Amino acid sequence: MAEAPAAEARGVTKRFGARAALRGVDVAVQRGERVALFGPNGSGKTTFLRIIAGLTQPTRGEVRIAGMDYRRGGQALRLRVGVTGHHPYLYDDLTAEENLVFYARMFGVSDPRGRAQAVLEAVGMAQRRRDKVRGLSRGMQQRVALARAMLHDPELLLLDEPDTGLDQEAAGQLGEYLVRGNGEPRAVIMATHDLRLGLRLCQRYVMLLGGRIAAGGSMAGLDADALEQAYAAATFQAGQQGRPAQRGQA
Amino acid sequence: MQAGMQKKTACGLTATDVLGAAAFVLLGVSVYMALLYAPTELIQGEPQRIFYMHLPMILAAYLGFLIVFVCGVMYLWKRTMGYDIAARSAAELGVFFTTLVIISGGLWGQAVWGTFWQWEPRLTFTFILWLIFVAYLMLRSAAQDKERVARYAAVLGIIGFLDIPLVFASVYLWRGIHPEPAGMPRAIAMTLFVSMAAFLALFAYLYVLRVRWDRAKDRIEEMYAELEEEHQA
Amino acid sequence: MSKDTGPGAPRVRYAQQLGALLWKDLAIELRTRDTIAAMLVFGVLSLTVFNFAFELRAESLVLVAPGVLWVAVLFAGTLGLGRAYSHERERGSLEGLLLCPVDHSAIYLAKLLANLAYLALAEAVLLPVFDAFFGVEALQPGVVAVILLGTVGFASVGTVFGAMAVQTRAREVMLPILLLPVLVPVIIGSVKATGILLDGRPWSDTWVWVNLLIVFDVVYVAASFALYEYVLEDWG
Repeated sequence: MAEAPAAEARGVTKRFGARAALRGVDVAVQRGERVALFGPNGSGKTTFLRIIAGLTQPTRGEVRIAGMDYRRGGQALRLRVGVTGHHPYLYDDLTAEENLVFYARMFGVSDPRGRAQAVLEAVGMAQRRRDKVRGLSRGMQQRVALARAMLHDPELLLLDEPDTGLDQEAAGQLGEYLVRGNGEPRAVIMATHDLRLGLRLCQRYVMLLGGRIAAGGSMAGLDADALEQAYAAATFQAGQQGRPAQRGQA
Repeated sequence: MQAGMQKKTACGLTATDVLGAAAFVLLGVSVYMALLYAPTELIQGEPQRIFYMHLPMILAAYLGFLIVFVCGVMYLWKRTMGYDIAARSAAELGVFFTTLVIISGGLWGQAVWGTFWQWEPRLTFTFILWLIFVAYLMLRSAAQDKERVARYAAVLGIIGFLDIPLVFASVYLWRGIHPEPAGMPRAIAMTLFVSMAAFLALFAYLYVLRVRWDRAKDRIEEMYAELEEEHQA
Repeated sequence: MSKDTGPGAPRVRYAQQLGALLWKDLAIELRTRDTIAAMLVFGVLSLTVFNFAFELRAESLVLVAPGVLWVAVLFAGTLGLGRAYSHERERGSLEGLLLCPVDHSAIYLAKLLANLAYLALAEAVLLPVFDAFFGVEALQPGVVAVILLGTVGFASVGTVFGAMAVQTRAREVMLPILLLPVLVPVIIGSVKATGILLDGRPWSDTWVWVNLLIVFDVVYVAASFALYEYVLEDWG
């Protein structure tokens, strides 16, 4: 069987009532490929990641992970995908370690404790593992959230603004998490506002504007300035067309 | 979709117009029969005549709740918004008719028992139904996101409907079972029959209007969305 | 339901996940004692308030006692069920659960078991307090059995409704509005059966009511297992 893309979206449209968050988005991410998702607030990045993660259904279009959709692939697909979102998906009243051991059990990881310890060390949180999540700073919570997403060593990582709250050092280490335990690169889709971070970690970018792909291409040969110009040009064009007026319920 | 609903009959009326006209003619006839044709009941006297609108209305309400249940199941299965509109409209009409039943029941009670309210099984049962489906409407207005509203409403509609036999059994066991009047004179049966037909036609007419109104509202929203999309493209 | 038939995917044990989920809920509760404490204080307060409310008019407190007990249990329980999902919503953690390779019935079942445990614990404290306040003998096997039967129906519907209510505006108000009308058969059945037993009548007299409770429990445990999936999907 030919290698199916790690993640593939075809004609994905998502409506919330009359408002369309995504309008016919096509993205295919090959195995081991890292794609940065750029776009201003409200451009549909989070919705897109949620759909790829199987947390919400597209209104139209389809999503395949390693060639399977969530309906058919069911729980097996979940083992292939790691996700960080706007929420850390952690329990405030459990410690960092307890949270990770809990999730490791949910993923059926053998030796949950050992694995929790290993990922905590990977994100530099081993020292604070007995602290309740409530007592951790935003950046530390984000590190634990990253550790949580890596627990089951997924081949596809979906990261929604993974640098939120991270200090320079931790953000610099993000690249280390994009490699699997056996040394293979993970496929990654990473939404971020930090163009430089995207440039540094990813091979390709996709720019969303108003729920559509406005631009995209390889990072090869691009430097930060060129990327910023491309971003500014795309957003300016959209600005020219004007934003749709807000409408209330009839 | 609209084309099918607007099909004209020979004399230039839509099927809905005919249904509406039939409902109002039948209602007129049933009012006449209930007040003048049917004999006065011996024990309860004149107030018994309220029964001719009371019973048909509660049947219309039950029909509404049955539609809520069926359309809830269908929505969860097919995920078509049409089923949600059908359920929503039926719930509103069901609550509307149940409200009228409770008020008319109270008026009857005032005349026959001398009190507006008694914890009598039928009244209690109807009132609990009313509460369940008022909660259904409240849930609809309290949840965000259309799709979620439809999903939660379907779940509540199903749970609420399953409760009907249980509530019925419990309130009857609670208050003890009252014997029902066995036979009824022909004139009373005829009147009841006509008024049932009248209220069912009224229910159907209002239901068609309500569903059509909601569909139009959804269609307008879609058109806005399409316009916006064209605008963006 | 979801199948984990993917090529080479390790099968994750249902029981292990159920255990992990239950451990998580109980560990959080043990640490914060939010739900239990609120339920107990509220339950005892209800008993106290009813004592004052009825003392002036009722001939004998024993007459109203079964109703008082059940209203206290219902109010305290509704409060507890409402809290059960709050820590899942505030930090988006229920989404975290939905991202796990877990059959959603395990998520519902774990919540139901945790809720049952909270309710049973609250009732275990409320019963002796009730006995002391109202001078009745409610701590007897028959009454305990009736209470447990009522609690199962209460918790199975409440666990589904709690998840819906926490996703709505005005969620604290929404749960009782949804829950209480549907629970009417449980309320009637439990109060009647409890009353019969407190009056010292034989267990066989409660037969009708116990049957009603059993039917309610069977219908709603089954219905909630069929329906929770629709409440959990697209959470967030």
